[in-house]
Amino acid sequence: MTTILLIEQVLNGLQFGVMLFLMAAGLTLIFGVMGLINLAHGSLYMIGAFAAAAVAAWTGNFLLALMASLIVAAIAGAIIELTVIRRLYDRDHLDQVLATFALILIFSEATRWVFGSFPLFLNIPDALKGTIILPGGIEYSLYRLTIILIGLAVAVGLFLLISKTRVGMRIRAGENDREMIGALGVDISVLYTMVFALGAALAGLSGALVGAIQSVEVGMGEPVLILAFVVIVIGGIGSIKGALAGAILVGLTDTLGRTMLPVIFGTFMEASSATTVGSALASMLIYILMAGVLLFKPTGLFGKA
Amino acid sequence: MIRERYLNMMVLALLVLVPAYAVLMDEPFTITLASRAVIFALAGVGLNLALGQGGLVSFGHAAYFGMGGYAMGILASHAQNYEPLMEVPFVIEGTNSMPVIWLVAIVASALLALLIGALSLRTTGVYFIMVTLAFGQMFYYFTISWPAYGGEDGLSIYVRNQFPGLNTLDPIQFYGICFVLLLAVLYGVNRLNKSPFGLALNGAHQNEERALTVGINVYRLRLVAFVISGAITGLAGALFADLNRFVSPTMFSWGVSGEIMIFIILGGVARLFGPVVGAAVYIMLEHFLGGLSEYWFIYLGVILLFVVLFAKGGIIGGLSKKETRHAG
Repeated sequence: MTTILLIEQVLNGLQFGVMLFLMAAGLTLIFGVMGLINLAHGSLYMIGAFAAAAVAAWTGNFLLALMASLIVAAIAGAIIELTVIRRLYDRDHLDQVLATFALILIFSEATRWVFGSFPLFLNIPDALKGTIILPGGIEYSLYRLTIILIGLAVAVGLFLLISKTRVGMRIRAGENDREMIGALGVDISVLYTMVFALGAALAGLSGALVGAIQSVEVGMGEPVLILAFVVIVIGGIGSIKGALAGAILVGLTDTLGRTMLPVIFGTFMEASSATTVGSALASMLIYILMAGVLLFKPTGLFGKA
Repeated sequence: MIRERYLNMMVLALLVLVPAYAVLMDEPFTITLASRAVIFALAGVGLNLALGQGGLVSFGHAAYFGMGGYAMGILASHAQNYEPLMEVPFVIEGTNSMPVIWLVAIVASALLALLIGALSLRTTGVYFIMVTLAFGQMFYYFTISWPAYGGEDGLSIYVRNQFPGLNTLDPIQFYGICFVLLLAVLYGVNRLNKSPFGLALNGAHQNEERALTVGINVYRLRLVAFVISGAITGLAGALFADLNRFVSPTMFSWGVSGEIMIFIILGGVARLFGPVVGAAVYIMLEHFLGGLSEYWFIYLGVILLFVVLFAKGGIIGGLSKKETRHAG
């Protein structure tokens, strides 16, 4: 395996990780502040992708499509927070799981109803098509590089929002002591709706960005949702820093595992069975990683005990 | 209001009457539907032991359901192709005998539950939900990418497996097998719940600290419950595969874990017959709503949402109005 191919795969892993971060950040924020496990986060990812595909087909403008994904997902998030989610904060996790599972059924079927069962396509804008030569002579897809940069920019923005602004202060206070911040006169229900809509917007953006590489279809959110769970279990639930570390770790492990394991097995096995064993093992690799982290730190890398 | 015991008796009576109804009305398809309901109920009874009694919200029971299914699929496919399962160091033949397949399914899913449980039970609460979900999904992806037993396409078994003295291809006799197994497991689980083990499990659910203080090894207790729970769901998986004569990675998918959970919540959490009522109602909803609209999952979602938000205790809770000993 050449170094250039390896670096390319590392970049792909980074891109995957950054996308997972956008999903995981919302999930972990919602869990940290409201104590809610939200399975419908994958549906918000799907809604963002569909909104972007619809707007892109209508206007032909990718930037507008991205804006639409953020806005529509945030609005959808705010609506379900106001109607359903808010009744779940005091309930146990089982009720939260089942109610948000019900939301997935409703969202998926409603989307199938409106858009049909066939996948939609969201095209990469012309300005971002093609490849770019990175230092060292590595040719890499410009769009994927843009995704990495957007993801890192969002990560920095989120850190600043939470550590430097007044809203961020309230979010952190909400994580520590819900009753106290309510007693101090902060309208906690507005804060909750805002946090939920913020998480939803991030999921929607992630769906739109990935939708341009893959197809936009019903059920696209759930595999990503489960990976995002793996990410926050590894990083520690409630920790944005943990979500970033976990996302990059999962993205790199998965991408590199899929390319490297068949090659590694090929050194001591015959080619066809090396591909079989290697790719089967690669599909399990991140879960094995998760099991390993759990063995040593049951609360995740950055989790509070 | 009806006493929960009488309600349970009525449910059993209805299940016994299904074949008679099917024969009288000349609707043999009803028996297949009822077999599905009984098998799903069995899977739910398995999960209910961990979830209802033990408070262990496992979102990965599809792993055991699929493991049972693949135990059947692998053994039966070797028997149907006359290829031994392995030759070194000793020969293991495939089989199409149901009791042997059940045993293998139970042992395999119990071992899997032991492995997953030992890791997952190190965590609690929301971590536990996500970890069990992730492990379940791991097997889903593994079966898709492992080509030996059909990979993504799954495995078809052409003839239903044999049970000594019965014609398993007759829908009524197969339904009878499933029903008797469900009865046996319900009896066993009921005894288990009332045994010192079940009481300790329930006690640890209600107040873990107190259970620890009186000297109960909560981790081991929960692990044992989790293993039994996985084994029962594995048995259900083997029956489900036999009903369809087909196994595929879909049996491992997280939607199946969700469905098994829905049976419990519809019927009533921690009630002996909760999953039975829940599975029966689910199958009826699927049949009638599915006939009304292609998009019946929307209605299912709305009903589920309503039950979770406003009707705690599920159908049995609503009809009998008696709190379980271990509500919440």
